[in-house]
Amino acid sequence: MSTLYFLTQQTMFYSIPLLVVALGGMFSERSGVINIALDGIMIVGAFVGLFFMNRMQATMSGQGLLLLSLLVAGGTGVILSLFHAYASIYHNANQVISGTALNLFAPAFAIFTARMAIGVQQVTFINQYRIAQVPILSQIPILGRMFFTNTYITTYIGILILGISAFFLLKTRFGLRLRACGEHPQAADSAGVKVRRMRLAGVMISGLLAGMGGLILMVPVTTAFNGTVSGFGFLALAVLIFGQWKPSRILMAAFFFGLMQTIAAAYTGIPFLANLGIPSNVFKSIPYLTTIIVLAFTSGRSAAPKAAGEPYDPGKR
Amino acid sequence: MHKLLQSDGFKSIASSLIAILAGLIIGYIILYVTNPYDAYYGFMTVIRGGFNSIPRGIGSVLYTATPIILTGLSVGFAFKTGLFNIGASGQFIVGGFVAIYIGVHWTFLPTSILWIVALIGSFIAGSLWAAIIGLLKAFRNVNEVITSIMLNYIGVFMVNFFVVRTTYDSLRNQSITPSLATVPKWGFDTLLPNSGANGGILIAIVVAIIVYIIIDRTTFGFELKAVGFNRDAAKYAGINEKRNIVLSMMIAGALAGLAGGLVYLSGTGVHIEVLDRIPMEGFNGIPVALLANSHPLAIVFSGLFIAHLNIGGFYMQRFDFVPEVIDMMVAIIIYFSAFALAFKGVFEKIARKMKGDKA
Repeated sequence: MSTLYFLTQQTMFYSIPLLVVALGGMFSERSGVINIALDGIMIVGAFVGLFFMNRMQATMSGQGLLLLSLLVAGGTGVILSLFHAYASIYHNANQVISGTALNLFAPAFAIFTARMAIGVQQVTFINQYRIAQVPILSQIPILGRMFFTNTYITTYIGILILGISAFFLLKTRFGLRLRACGEHPQAADSAGVKVRRMRLAGVMISGLLAGMGGLILMVPVTTAFNGTVSGFGFLALAVLIFGQWKPSRILMAAFFFGLMQTIAAAYTGIPFLANLGIPSNVFKSIPYLTTIIVLAFTSGRSAAPKAAGEPYDPGKR
Repeated sequence: MHKLLQSDGFKSIASSLIAILAGLIIGYIILYVTNPYDAYYGFMTVIRGGFNSIPRGIGSVLYTATPIILTGLSVGFAFKTGLFNIGASGQFIVGGFVAIYIGVHWTFLPTSILWIVALIGSFIAGSLWAAIIGLLKAFRNVNEVITSIMLNYIGVFMVNFFVVRTTYDSLRNQSITPSLATVPKWGFDTLLPNSGANGGILIAIVVAIIVYIIIDRTTFGFELKAVGFNRDAAKYAGINEKRNIVLSMMIAGALAGLAGGLVYLSGTGVHIEVLDRIPMEGFNGIPVALLANSHPLAIVFSGLFIAHLNIGGFYMQRFDFVPEVIDMMVAIIIYFSAFALAFKGVFEKIARKMKGDKA
């Protein structure tokens, strides 16, 4: 039983950031802009957020500092995403090239700035944010131990973001307009929707969530950031595709990939898996291998937004 | 003059030059913000690049350029056929491992041909690794960007697994040197001593010419491009679009695999280190290809240029600057080259104006 608790707690650490970042990608792609830069935005968001935490932890502490760092990370993500938006929405740039440029920029920026500012490449921080048990809720049998002990406030923020995202995308006028811009921008335009402005909003939301996601990923699993998020931004893109660009399915996809990541990262803590005698390199490959296998079976009936990746051309029908 | 401004070649080259200029200017600003006193000297060191130390620096540029020209050709070839091969790193490491394996274990072959067989091995290994991407794209409609990235990680883990079991130097936690299989120097060691420069650069240039001929001068290349331009139209025109997607990826992978072979057989003491780290040579091929607008011959020059900057970054460390600033500059250059369409529009406007003035 304790293995089950361990497994769920660990899975949350990986699933929540994947969920948040994939939701970010969802807003961008459903508005019609492919954002391949999620990985880079995660890196810079995590870097600036943790750098802020590193500087502030002498004067501040507790959950307040974590929340503030989260805002800093999200704000950084928005700023970075504006570069992608400017190129791809207002200058009809190739969205893959512009996103790739950000992905190339991000790790170099993190390492350069860290080494120039603090002399070393790694940004360290004190992990003081683990919540041993949530009052009252942790007393619920089984579920309490699974979801309300040994946890982080970011987990609940992630679930909150899911709720808000689903509501905004599916139940509001804003969401309807955003989706229209990703499916048929010319039709949206003729109905009076400002296509470029909606796409800007989509990309900025993706920047906000990817920046926050970078920090959410780092805080529970490490205390030293080294300029990389191990390709999690691309895993989030896979979650988005596997999740068919829909919030509820993205949630399931994120849990699936989070579980795979947990098996790869923490199999030594699970007696059953550790005793199998499988080489560690095989375990490490599992998340990436399952991604390919899952996509091979689900990509056939792709529900990708029809206009994603195409610059908006008002003259086209 | 307006005819020149309207020619496609000129527009591509000019917009690349504008992007480079913008990247360099912003790079200078970054240096200035971090250290105003040494910014000028640091920046000039970057501009001098390989020429900071003659002849050694020039040799280092050629040595650094060799793998990124090939991974650049890999990415560029895939781009020409409508695919984004972000997986050159995985193909690179898989190709590199096979070259080392053959170099270490197939010593029954005469030394004169061992390195050739090892390079062919890296070429085939890279193409088979990339074939997975092509097959999944063609038959299961799987986004090649995701597959490529995943195969980078899987490739690194798999190669680590096999290095430890077949060609392991346990003392240093890295692969054994294939000392009998080394790419010939072809005079580069006397011309540019102590730099690591070797015949690999000539191989890379010859391969670039071959790729150019395939893409621009053969029916096969035309078919590949047609599939990239419009998959459905190509199918309607009687082209087997699935087969062509797989072949495009295989050729792209072979080029990246060959890059790995040339690096690990260069005889400069480079090894596969058993770490969970993705080799940068693969990613660096992306800016090389983008800057050259995927033109195979231009890729040779953009590869040399980016290698030049990287060597400049190495020498810049004497001013206590961190060499990652070069990667930032390259990223900024690529960002601006994404604006190519906008730049081209400007040239056309100028050209039209000049025409109008004459009339």
